[in-house]
Amino acid sequence: MQRQVALIKQSLFDQGYLDEQFMELEELQDDANPNFVEEVATLYFKDSARLINNIDQALERGSFDFNRLDSYMHQFKGSSTSIGASKVKTECTMFREYCRAGNAEGCLRTFKQLKKEHATLRKKLEQYFQASKR
Amino acid sequence: MAGEVPNLAESKLRALVVDDNLVNQMTHHKLLDRLGIQNDVVCNGQEAVDVHCSGRNYDLILMDMEMRIMNGIQATKILREMGIESKIAGVTTRAEEEERKEFMEAGLNYFQEKPLTISKLVSILHNLDFCVQNQNHTKFF
Repeated sequence: MQRQVALIKQSLFDQGYLDEQFMELEELQDDANPNFVEEVATLYFKDSARLINNIDQALERGSFDFNRLDSYMHQFKGSSTSIGASKVKTECTMFREYCRAGNAEGCLRTFKQLKKEHATLRKKLEQYFQASKR
Repeated sequence: MAGEVPNLAESKLRALVVDDNLVNQMTHHKLLDRLGIQNDVVCNGQEAVDVHCSGRNYDLILMDMEMRIMNGIQATKILREMGIESKIAGVTTRAEEEERKEFMEAGLNYFQEKPLTISKLVSILHNLDFCVQNQNHTKFF
């Protein structure tokens, strides 16, 4: 089972979903907080679901308030950076560049990709944490 | 790595985390905990000012730059105007020269780029002259 855990984790790094910041978080896990990384991940996905919802609603309204969108994405990028969510972070950066350029289509396209990367990461991390508990 | 992490519990340092991002609050709190530093967490610059107005004091403040309600630059300026002499380390993902300069000029003692890690936090402590020893009580630096 340990081997499966190691393989899942290795694939997350190899495919660029996670970067070294995730390993930094794992270093913080100790006997007092043996599930620290899972707790951080849970918080991240809860918080980012809220941000995704806010951005979805803002985009659906059709009037692109780029400042507001950029502000949401700043938070999203911050969280993603802290947890080591590398691919999601890259999409956040791209989205913010489109906001600064006032490029609505770019924002929409990037946000679609971001949601996809985010969902994949969530699923893979759930598998990883479940496998770690066995 | 775990064996090399210094423990500052004996020094009884107190720190304040100022950040509006929930994930950062959790990770920065844990980073400080791991080094044996007692710490409180507030959500923005205004709360950082309020907590000092209520009489609390800290050896180290980790101040995020961009926050809603009151940002780190404004909060740092106000704390310095209040006469707060704590060491303030600005932490941000933004690292453009102009913004860094503006943040430093507000009254920071040090600046560190996010994401924070154990080694970056130790670097902050070292650069701000906090005595950092490992568990064998030999100097880490």
